[in-house]
Amino acid sequence: MYTSGKYSSRGPALIPRMKTKHRIYYITLFSVVLLGLIATGMFQFWPHSIESTADWTLDKRSVHDAPLIRLPVSSPIPERGDLSCRMHTCFDVYRCGYNPKNRIKVYIYPLQRFVDELGVPISSTGLSREYNDLLSAISDSDFYTDDITRACLFIPSIDVLNQNSLRIRETAQALAMLPRWDKGMNHLLFNMLPGGPPDYNTALDVPRDRALLAGGGFSTWTYRQGYDVSIPVYSPLSADVEQPEKQPGPRRYFILSSQTAIHREYRAELERLKEENGEALLLLDKCSNLSQGAASARKRCYKGQVYDYPQILQESSFCVVLRGARLGQAALSDVLQAGCVPVILADSYILPFSEVLDWKRASVVIPEEKLSEMYTILKSIPHRQVEEMQRQAHWFWEAYFSSMKAIGLTTLQIINDRIYPYAARTYEQWNNPPVVKWSSVNSPLFLPLIPPRAPGFTAVVLTYDRVESLFRVITEISKVPSLAKLLVVWNNQNKSPPEGEKKFKCPECTAIDGLSLDQTHMVERSECINKFASVFGTMPLKVVEHRADPVLYKDDFPEKLKSFPNIGSL
Amino acid sequence: MQAKKRYLILLSAGACVLLLSFLGGLQLPAARSRQDRSRTGHRPDQPWPHFSDPLHPFVPWDHTDTEEYNVHVSPRQKRDVNTSVYKGRRCRMDSCFDFSVCQRTGFKVYVYPQQKGDKISESYQNILATIEGSRFYTSDPGQACLFVLSLDTLDRDQLSPQYVHNLKTKVQNLPLWNDGRNHLIFNLYSGTWPDYTEDLGFDIGQAMLAKASISTENFRPNFDVSIPLFSKEHPRTGGERGFLRYNSIPPFRKYMLVFKGKRYLTGIGSDTRNALYHVHNAEDVVLLTTCKHGKDWQKHKDARCDKDNAEYDKYDYKEMLHNSTFCLVPRGRRLGSFRFLEALQAACVPVMLSNGWELPFSEIIDWNTAAVIGDERLLLQIPTTVRSIHQDKILSLRQQTQFLWEAYFSSVEKIVLTTLEIIQDRVLEHSSRSSLMWNSHPGGLFALPQYSGYLGDFPFFYATLGIKPHPKFTAVIHAVSPLVSQSQPILKLLVAVAKSQYCAQIIVLWNCDKALPAKHRWPATSVPVIVIEGENKVMSSRFLPYETIVTDAVLSLDEDTVLSTTEVDFAFTVWQSFPERIVGYPARSHFWDSNKERWGYTSKWTNDYSMVLTGAAIYHRYYHYLYTNYLPSSLKNMVDQLANCEDILMNFLVSAVTKLPPIKVTQKKQYKETMMGQVRNTRSTPVNTCSSPSSRASRWADPDHFAQRQTCMNKFASWFGAMPLVHSQMRLDPVLFKDQVSILRKKYRDIERL
Repeated sequence: MYTSGKYSSRGPALIPRMKTKHRIYYITLFSVVLLGLIATGMFQFWPHSIESTADWTLDKRSVHDAPLIRLPVSSPIPERGDLSCRMHTCFDVYRCGYNPKNRIKVYIYPLQRFVDELGVPISSTGLSREYNDLLSAISDSDFYTDDITRACLFIPSIDVLNQNSLRIRETAQALAMLPRWDKGMNHLLFNMLPGGPPDYNTALDVPRDRALLAGGGFSTWTYRQGYDVSIPVYSPLSADVEQPEKQPGPRRYFILSSQTAIHREYRAELERLKEENGEALLLLDKCSNLSQGAASARKRCYKGQVYDYPQILQESSFCVVLRGARLGQAALSDVLQAGCVPVILADSYILPFSEVLDWKRASVVIPEEKLSEMYTILKSIPHRQVEEMQRQAHWFWEAYFSSMKAIGLTTLQIINDRIYPYAARTYEQWNNPPVVKWSSVNSPLFLPLIPPRAPGFTAVVLTYDRVESLFRVITEISKVPSLAKLLVVWNNQNKSPPEGEKKFKCPECTAIDGLSLDQTHMVERSECINKFASVFGTMPLKVVEHRADPVLYKDDFPEKLKSFPNIGSL
Repeated sequence: MQAKKRYLILLSAGACVLLLSFLGGLQLPAARSRQDRSRTGHRPDQPWPHFSDPLHPFVPWDHTDTEEYNVHVSPRQKRDVNTSVYKGRRCRMDSCFDFSVCQRTGFKVYVYPQQKGDKISESYQNILATIEGSRFYTSDPGQACLFVLSLDTLDRDQLSPQYVHNLKTKVQNLPLWNDGRNHLIFNLYSGTWPDYTEDLGFDIGQAMLAKASISTENFRPNFDVSIPLFSKEHPRTGGERGFLRYNSIPPFRKYMLVFKGKRYLTGIGSDTRNALYHVHNAEDVVLLTTCKHGKDWQKHKDARCDKDNAEYDKYDYKEMLHNSTFCLVPRGRRLGSFRFLEALQAACVPVMLSNGWELPFSEIIDWNTAAVIGDERLLLQIPTTVRSIHQDKILSLRQQTQFLWEAYFSSVEKIVLTTLEIIQDRVLEHSSRSSLMWNSHPGGLFALPQYSGYLGDFPFFYATLGIKPHPKFTAVIHAVSPLVSQSQPILKLLVAVAKSQYCAQIIVLWNCDKALPAKHRWPATSVPVIVIEGENKVMSSRFLPYETIVTDAVLSLDEDTVLSTTEVDFAFTVWQSFPERIVGYPARSHFWDSNKERWGYTSKWTNDYSMVLTGAAIYHRYYHYLYTNYLPSSLKNMVDQLANCEDILMNFLVSAVTKLPPIKVTQKKQYKETMMGQVRNTRSTPVNTCSSPSSRASRWADPDHFAQRQTCMNKFASWFGAMPLVHSQMRLDPVLFKDQVSILRKKYRDIERL
């Protein structure tokens, strides 16, 4: 009060005299405006960090934002799929073109929500977590292109991983509505659970024209070799359960069966095996006393004893993977992860990625009919082979089964290898675990050839400036009948090489001759060896105790009858 | 006044608010436009959005395992349904093959007896002869797992003179036909002009096809076998080696890509060859076609024919084949052509232009390692494609052509045996070859999966797997004389060998008719000595794959061999570097005797050798298995009857596998004379008449003995189809051997000490 009175007594001022309550009102108003301006300014000119966080929240969109597409009842349905399709008949290779990187370009259709005329979605789950992971992985990969006109392969965003959640006819209609569908040419569908009750087809039932199918659970009768790709059934446990890698070696149980939905005929057979072989077999089933839900999927029981799944798999050398209603089983993935050798009993099943993976080195395939002989068959496998298979099994999981990303990119690489076969990944690249890749020796000259003498050899002489010794070498070596060419590498920038037969005197030569005795020289060479070994990551040199001599070397035998009489005489 | 001021202030405040919202407004559209861009997908780095919603898993938790399986049909019934449904073109092993016979008797093949009056082409005769001479053959149809017709089905082109008529009724009348179940039908040509169908002109029922030029559409995977097209002149056994003698680096040859062949102006398969001229550049890409074939080619000739024909005559096919890096193999009327095998043998990397051809033995051969699989639709890109292939890759492709040619294609025998082995692998699924065994040296015909499923048990894959052989050896001493005195060489040998630091155990193979000596008669050693009584006391029993041999290395010894511990140690360290070869002491040589036109055998001191006798040699135990199971009983029986030549046969076998000579190592000088003597009396008596050592008359003194060895050589060479032995001029000595340094610095000093 007092202050304001003081102001008012000071005569005319910039701030018009007014009632105190008004003044407070205006000051508040101005400061609000000012603060607002400052805040706006800051918002405008703040560096990118704020912007990108804003972007992040904006990019994190909802699947419900995807445009809604209503399918007319009369919308066309693709044809069922042609069993005779092969890359050269049903795939348009011109879209892939010549490509210096030898890499195909893959386009992903943007997400759409398809509903029928009544507004009912074509799929009960919509976009699944796994399919979303798969598509994000592909879009982050080198295969991805956002340019539909340059794409070689098209991936619909319609999720058909699990046929059970699909309305077959409507899904097919939705596929046919894709802008570049063109009879499914160069389109790739991913399906892990094909077929449905009662007869469970082994390939996706959705009519799909010429589209390629990456399917989990193909049989030899539905799989179009060289066209379709057989993929694993992803196990969600892979992401949930962290397990330390277990080294190959003998384990507590010999054979373990952990699947819960085994046909009673087969379960009876397994129980018979268990009776015969006792402790070596562990035969697990669902726990009857546990409530349904995510937790029960992580438990298995045997006679009231509860075991943790999938951890228990690490306790066995072999793990049974029996067919269910479908041929492809998610259990295969769990088993491989545990480094347990899968014993696969699923007649006519096309094993995952069998086009490139050598399953004989990682699994045992037994005809269903021979289930009763399983124990005998497995016992006949040498221990070292079991260990190699355990290692190989875990490696397959790690490289090709562990995530939707791994599954998706492996599928694309296989298709890529077909389109650019001359740049395809090799058997070793696909099948050798890193430890083998490091330790194995693959000579670039691997063919056992004994070269003929006729072309002779080329002598390469490295010289610095010891000309006398150089001439001695040249004179000696030119006497050799098999010499085809002699190459002298003059390694001295300060001197030009001698011409013709001119001889130089070289007083310092004798001094340099003693070079190899020089202590520092030896130290330097040791340092080189250490440096090279560290760059190679390993010591590639091997020590042997033998040396090659002529057959009759130093034998008590007339010298004139020896092919190489003078060796060792120097 | 008060009100006016108030309005003024309100106005300015309003302006400020406007300004604020304007600035904010600027901000908003900017954000929106960014969002729009990401929606239409023009930002290359993050095109698939991050969805914030909690998404459902693709399979609900309670459905993790397949639902309600138990209510469905029994799996047994399901299998039966498959068996009855999938027939004919959908045949698979599961539905059209009876495994039960094979389980009873193993993989045995029966060939129908030939009927009088049936004409059989030379090629088919060769096929049948190969099967009858193979270890798979059985003359008892009751034992057979697989049946092969004696009716010639190779040429099913109706216009061909080789065409067999009435095959349909002849086949149906076969008593064991059984709708073709477990039958294998060989075919090279099917269909005829103009459409060249793949139909054989008779109902093959459930029989498997081993067919050339088969298309992927007709090929029944893991049931049929695609075989290469081979000519009448293709040799029955042996076969020519590949043409590559040495690797040249860089690997480029005079021409980059060549082809010389017929051009079909119209009809099936004509498009690709008609278009070849687009790519021909008369320099390093030489693709030549001729219209001159058939009777009335003049009538149909087009504008290019004369020019093409002239160019065609300028070049020599053989010259091109041998001097080109790549060879084009375009389809002809049929998918396969002779060009394929020709290119393979000539180490000219085949560039396939034959869409839909199921390549030969595609089930087991990884063709990307030896050929370039082109696409007829991309003919114009072919030169760019082959030029883009790195020279390291060319070097490897070229070597692989040679490996595959020699392993599977060089003779009718190899083609037929490969076909049979592929089917055997399917039948005995859990002991079958991995892809590595088929596609790397020495190939599937020499790597028998029944021996072991573990690659590390073979001598061939140590480097590939990055592992080493077992660090010890098992000595196998072949004893043929009774133990009468404690100074007998066998006892000295036993002690010397047992002292070796690498010796795991000693096996004495008692091939003497006299009873086994009592245990105490054997000297006490630090390693276990196991005495095995030879079952039939025959020579071949020394190479049986005894289960007691637990090490990778076998030291094979004759009872009278004289070796010191140092020599044994040294030989073993050498073997560790060459685990696939025979490493040892007594070396022999072979030569071509041009006067007698036959192979000769010599034990003279020469500058080279091609055999190391198994009286003192180390080799991989796999060769015991191979000797016993790969070689035909005719050769083994010959060895047993003569009680001679088993060491020669082993050398033939190992060199046929490795294509390399054995390795001779240094020997203590003082033994030279004795060893020389041994040449003359290694085994003085036939093994099955075991006499005392004193009474041993030198069998080498017996002129028959030497003659027998000559005969053996020739007999063996004829079975192998060629002379597999390779000469070597190299002996491996300890590093400081006979060098002018103190003997104390030498690790293997005993070897040069007199």
